[in-house]
Amino acid sequence: MDGVIETEARVQLEGVHLSFGVRPVFRGLDVSFPRGRISVILGGSGSGKSTLLRAIGGLVRPQRGSVRVAGEDVTRLPERELFRVRERIGMLFQHGALLDAMSVYENVALPLREHTRLSESDIAAEVERRLAAVGLPDAGRLRPRELSGGMLRRAALARAIVTDPEIVLCDEPFSGLDPINVRRIEKLFTDLNRQLGISLLVTSHHIPSSLRMADQIVFLHDGVAEAGPPKEIRYHPDPRVAGFFAAELDADAATSEDGQGEEGTRP
Amino acid sequence: MNAIRDLGFRTVSLVAHLGRVTAFVGEIGRSTVAPPWRFRRFVAELYDVGVLSLAIVCLSGATVGAVLGLQGYVTLSRFGAEGSLGAVVGLSLVRELAPVLTALLVTGRAGSAMAAEIASMVTTEQLDGLRMMSVDPVDFVVKPKALAMLCAMPLLNGLFIVFALFGGYLVGVELLGVDGGTYVSSVEQSINFEDDILGTLLKSVIFGALVGIIATYRGYTSEPTSAGVSAATTGTVVTGSVSILLFDYVITALWGV
Amino acid sequence: MQPSPLRDLIVGTFVALGLATLAYLSIQVGGISYAGRGGLVLYATFDEIGGLKPRAPVAVAGVTVGQVRSIELDDLLRARVTLEVDEGLELPIDSSAGIRTQGLLGDQFVALEPGGDDVLLTNGEELEFTESALSIERLIGRFVHDSGIDAGTE
Repeated sequence: MDGVIETEARVQLEGVHLSFGVRPVFRGLDVSFPRGRISVILGGSGSGKSTLLRAIGGLVRPQRGSVRVAGEDVTRLPERELFRVRERIGMLFQHGALLDAMSVYENVALPLREHTRLSESDIAAEVERRLAAVGLPDAGRLRPRELSGGMLRRAALARAIVTDPEIVLCDEPFSGLDPINVRRIEKLFTDLNRQLGISLLVTSHHIPSSLRMADQIVFLHDGVAEAGPPKEIRYHPDPRVAGFFAAELDADAATSEDGQGEEGTRP
Repeated sequence: MNAIRDLGFRTVSLVAHLGRVTAFVGEIGRSTVAPPWRFRRFVAELYDVGVLSLAIVCLSGATVGAVLGLQGYVTLSRFGAEGSLGAVVGLSLVRELAPVLTALLVTGRAGSAMAAEIASMVTTEQLDGLRMMSVDPVDFVVKPKALAMLCAMPLLNGLFIVFALFGGYLVGVELLGVDGGTYVSSVEQSINFEDDILGTLLKSVIFGALVGIIATYRGYTSEPTSAGVSAATTGTVVTGSVSILLFDYVITALWGV
Repeated sequence: MQPSPLRDLIVGTFVALGLATLAYLSIQVGGISYAGRGGLVLYATFDEIGGLKPRAPVAVAGVTVGQVRSIELDDLLRARVTLEVDEGLELPIDSSAGIRTQGLLGDQFVALEPGGDDVLLTNGEELEFTESALSIERLIGRFVHDSGIDAGTE
C-alpha cells in the first residue's frame, strides 16, 4: 500500500468477516492502526464504523479473521482475559454511556475504584485533573442527564482516559454537536495524542475535522477498507471513495451547521 | 408436517433458553461468592426493592386482612365460632396468601422496574461501557439487584402478614365485636413456627430468588431498543407471576404446607 | 449509586423492621420451640394421646416447663411419651400427666398436676398416673354410663 504510515501497528485486523444474521458487514477486512497516531474511520451509514470499534473492543466477535490489540487476538480470548486487554483501552461511546444513576464524578472515578488501590484523595485528584483537562472542572456533582450533548461527550472522554490507556476508541464523538464543541473536542483529541501519545481511533461523519486531525483515514465501503494519509484517501482514484468525500462536503456546504451526522439519534 | 417441525424447533429453543438462564444464574452465583462484594450497591438496591415497595405491601396486607376478617366472620358466625376468627385469618394468610400476594405485588412494582432499568442500560450502552472498563456487568449491576430481591422478599412477606393480621383485627374486633384477646390468642395458637412460619419464609425466599433472576435476566438480554425495554418489563411481570404461582403449587405439594 | 447516609439509614430501618416482624411471628405467634434448661427426663404412658405431637409443650399450672421429646408404642400397644422438663423441677412421685387442649381449637399439650408425696421424681422415672386425651365418644360414653370421673390409669 502506498503511503503507509511507518510505525508499529497497535491494532491490526486481518481477514475479518463479520455478519449480523444474514446481513454481512465485513468481507475480508484488513486494516492496521499505527501506534501513537490519530486514525479516523469514515464511511456511509451501515458501513460498519461502530461495528469496527466494537470488534476491536471485543464487544462483537467476527465469524472469521483476527483482531489483534497490543499483540493479543481478542477474537480468541474468553471474557475474563478480555478484561485484561481492555485495561489498555478506553472507549468513548456515542452517547457517553455514563451510568445515569451516578454523578459525573462517580462515573469518572469508577475505573480507578475498580482497578486501582488509590486513596480517596488520590482518586479525587485524578478525577479533577481529567475533568479540568476536558473543560468540565465544575461538573463533578452533576448527573449525566443534566449535561448537554457536548458536555456529556467530554465527561465520557474524561472517564475513558482516567486510567491512562494507550488506545482510545471514540464512536461518533462529533455527531449532533455545534461547531464550537466540534472544535473543542478536536483540540482535546490532538492534545491527548501529542502530549500523551495516545493512539486514537475515531469514527466520524464530520469530514472537515477528520481531514484536519487525522494522521490516517480509514474508509469503509462494501465490507472492506481503504487506508492511508488524508490527502491520499481524499483524492483516491476509486470513485466510490472520492465520491463519498465530494458528496459529504457538498452536503456540509449546503447546510449552515456542520457536524450533522446521519446517525446519532437518541434511543 | 410443519406443525411437528415447529414443535420440535420450539422445544429445542426452549431447552436452549433454559440453558442460557442456567448459565446466567451460574454467573450470578459465581460473582456472589467472590469479591468485590458491592455491599453499598446492594444496600442501594435494597432501598429500591424493599423500601419503595413498603407502601403497596403494607396497604395491600391490611386490606387483604380486612377482607379475610370480614369473610371469615360471616362464615364463622353461622356456627357461633367467631372466636376462631384469628385462626381463620392467620392460617389462610401465613401459608398461602401472604407469600404469594407479596411476591406478585413486588414483581409488579419492583420486578418490572428492575427489568426496565437494566434493559435501558443495555439500550444506552451503559453495560457495554462497563465491559470496556473491564467491569463485569453481571457483577456490578445484576448481582446486587438479584440479591436485594432475594433478601427483601421475606422481609416484605413478614410485614404483609403483620399488617394483614392487623387488618383482620380492625374489622373483626373493632368493627364486628369479636373479643380482642380471643382473636389474638386464636392467631397465636393456630400458627405454628415449624409448619407455618418456616413454610412462608421458604416460599418467600424462593419467590424472591425467582423474581430476582427473571427480572435481571429479562433486562440483561433485552433488545437494545425502546420496544426491547417494554418487552423486558411486561415479560418480567408475566413470567414472574406465572412462575410464582407454579412454584407455589410445587412447594405446597412437596412441603405438605 | 450515590453514597447516601440517609438512604443507608432507611434501608437499615427497613431490614430491622422486617427482621423484627419475622421474629415476632416466629416467637410470639408461631410459638417457636421451647428452649428451656431441660435436663429432667420423665415418661408417661397413655391409652390415647389424641393429637399430641413431639415438641408439644409440657406445663405445670399453665406454665411451660418443658416439651415432649418423643412418642412411641410400648409392648402393650400403649403410647409412651418421653417428656423433658426443667432440671430443678420438684414433682412428687404421685404427680399425674394429662393431655389437654389449648383453648378449644388449639394444639394439645401435656399438663402435669403435682401430687402430695414427699418423694420426688428423678431422672428417667415414669409417672404413675396419666389421663388420656379426651375424645367426644368417651365423654358421651361416660355421660351415658354415669361412672365417676377419676384421675387414674385406665
